[in-house]
Amino acid sequence: MKRKKTSSSKVRLFKPSFYIKLIGVSAGVLVLYYLAIRQTNASLARMLSAFPIFFRMLIEDFFPPDFGYFPTVVNQLIETFNIALISTTLAAVLAFPLLFFSSSTLNRHPLSYGGMRVVLTIVRSIPNIIMVVLMVAVVGLGSVSGILALMIYSAAILIKLTSESVESIDERPIQAIKAMGGNTPQVIRYGVLPQITPIYLSHILYVLEINLKASVVLGFVGAGGIGQLIRRQMSLFRYDRLGLIIFVLFLAISVIDYISQTVRSRLA
Amino acid sequence: MKNKDRISLRSQRTLKQKTMIYLVVMSLTFLYAFSLWSQDFSIASSQSSPGTILYRLFVVPLIDPTYWPSFVERGWQMIETIAIAYAGGIAASLFALPVAILAARNSGGRASYLGKLFLNAIRSIPELLFGVFFVAAVGPGSFAGVLAISVNSIGMIGKLYSESIESIDQAPIAAIKASGGNDLQAFWYGILPQILPQFLSISLFRFEIDVRASTILGLVGAGGIGVPLILSQQQRHWEEVGVILIIVIVFVVIIDKISGKIRSNLV
Repeated sequence: MKRKKTSSSKVRLFKPSFYIKLIGVSAGVLVLYYLAIRQTNASLARMLSAFPIFFRMLIEDFFPPDFGYFPTVVNQLIETFNIALISTTLAAVLAFPLLFFSSSTLNRHPLSYGGMRVVLTIVRSIPNIIMVVLMVAVVGLGSVSGILALMIYSAAILIKLTSESVESIDERPIQAIKAMGGNTPQVIRYGVLPQITPIYLSHILYVLEINLKASVVLGFVGAGGIGQLIRRQMSLFRYDRLGLIIFVLFLAISVIDYISQTVRSRLA
Repeated sequence: MKNKDRISLRSQRTLKQKTMIYLVVMSLTFLYAFSLWSQDFSIASSQSSPGTILYRLFVVPLIDPTYWPSFVERGWQMIETIAIAYAGGIAASLFALPVAILAARNSGGRASYLGKLFLNAIRSIPELLFGVFFVAAVGPGSFAGVLAISVNSIGMIGKLYSESIESIDQAPIAAIKASGGNDLQAFWYGILPQILPQFLSISLFRFEIDVRASTILGLVGAGGIGVPLILSQQQRHWEEVGVILIIVIVFVVIIDKISGKIRSNLV
């Protein structure tokens, strides 16, 4: 038997308003994209047509890298790593007490909780270069400004990430300790810490990865690290040396990312 | 109270665990000792006090009318920065699509390992290095910035896209196929409603990051507000630096707010 097809038997899977919304959003995205392209002169066609230039550039200018420059790069790389390590450590110490103020399970005071949240959101949304410029202006040239800027920024990230974990911890051990007459420090020591320590360590390692990448920027504004080498060699057009810097940096970051991710996957 | 009455809340450690802890503690001590020993903590601060500099950064531009016109000029440069982030973000969302399909386990099959490796490699390169490379290749300007943002963003967008492809629920697709739908209908009614909101939300989230990244890219000459920022900073022209800092902070906070609102409506 052949089924008769009528328009009334047609099932509508999407409401008409869905299509209007879809078209509206797409049109908005495209208009903004057109404006952005006009401003930056970077159409997709121009981007794709530039690809042969990159390959020629890679092969002719960046290759072969100047390996004689290796000791200088490693020296600066150690400084970059030091800045990342010290700022992450300080951030971990600074963030730890603040963590308990910014999680709603432990801090039921609405004013201090809300205030913490607002400050954290603003700090995290400021680009880290702004913080670095500010620190260099106020504190002075040198790695200390870089360390301070990264510390503030990464403390905010650490608190944000971990306070979410604190809010989702298992409440039963806390209630059990309270029921047995435990005070707040005991609740934190035996009820909260065992649950969040692995998460916190894992977040610290993640922030270390971020900081290592972010600390490349510091040298450009005089806050130490490998950025100052990049800036100098860029202005000298020594692309063979830049090639070496990029290569060494990529290698170092990959190794540290790998170590950190291995440890993190065992922690969590 | 006698010592015996105390309850130990932690379990006994085995010898292997103890050795492990000692090893970790020792290597961390060594790491920190080396880093504190090798790091130079000297500061070259300027003659003027931090208070004066803060005053010149954040108060003078607001109360001195001679700096008011430069708010408009820097505002336009900030809009250029946002345009770089947007153009780069859209291009990255397009470029990331095939890579994500390759990298997802359910669509890429055995090649997904390759796609994941590629995405990981991109994510481990800081955006500034892409900036250095593209400024060297096509010259300074916002075109280099768009290129750097687009290539750099593929790493994260591709990873998140592939994760959302992997989490596609197969049941609606099977239902559409069972009731006689063809592949196109299965895609349009079964897959698209599941992934489109997530994809939009991912791209928007990355756009927030890209606005920050393209501010930084100006340092290597890749256009936008970073260029005047580093020039004024080198000249110690703190009032001008202050104007830029205020503009960037205000714009970034507003964009994050709007984008966050849209994202919470999407998902």
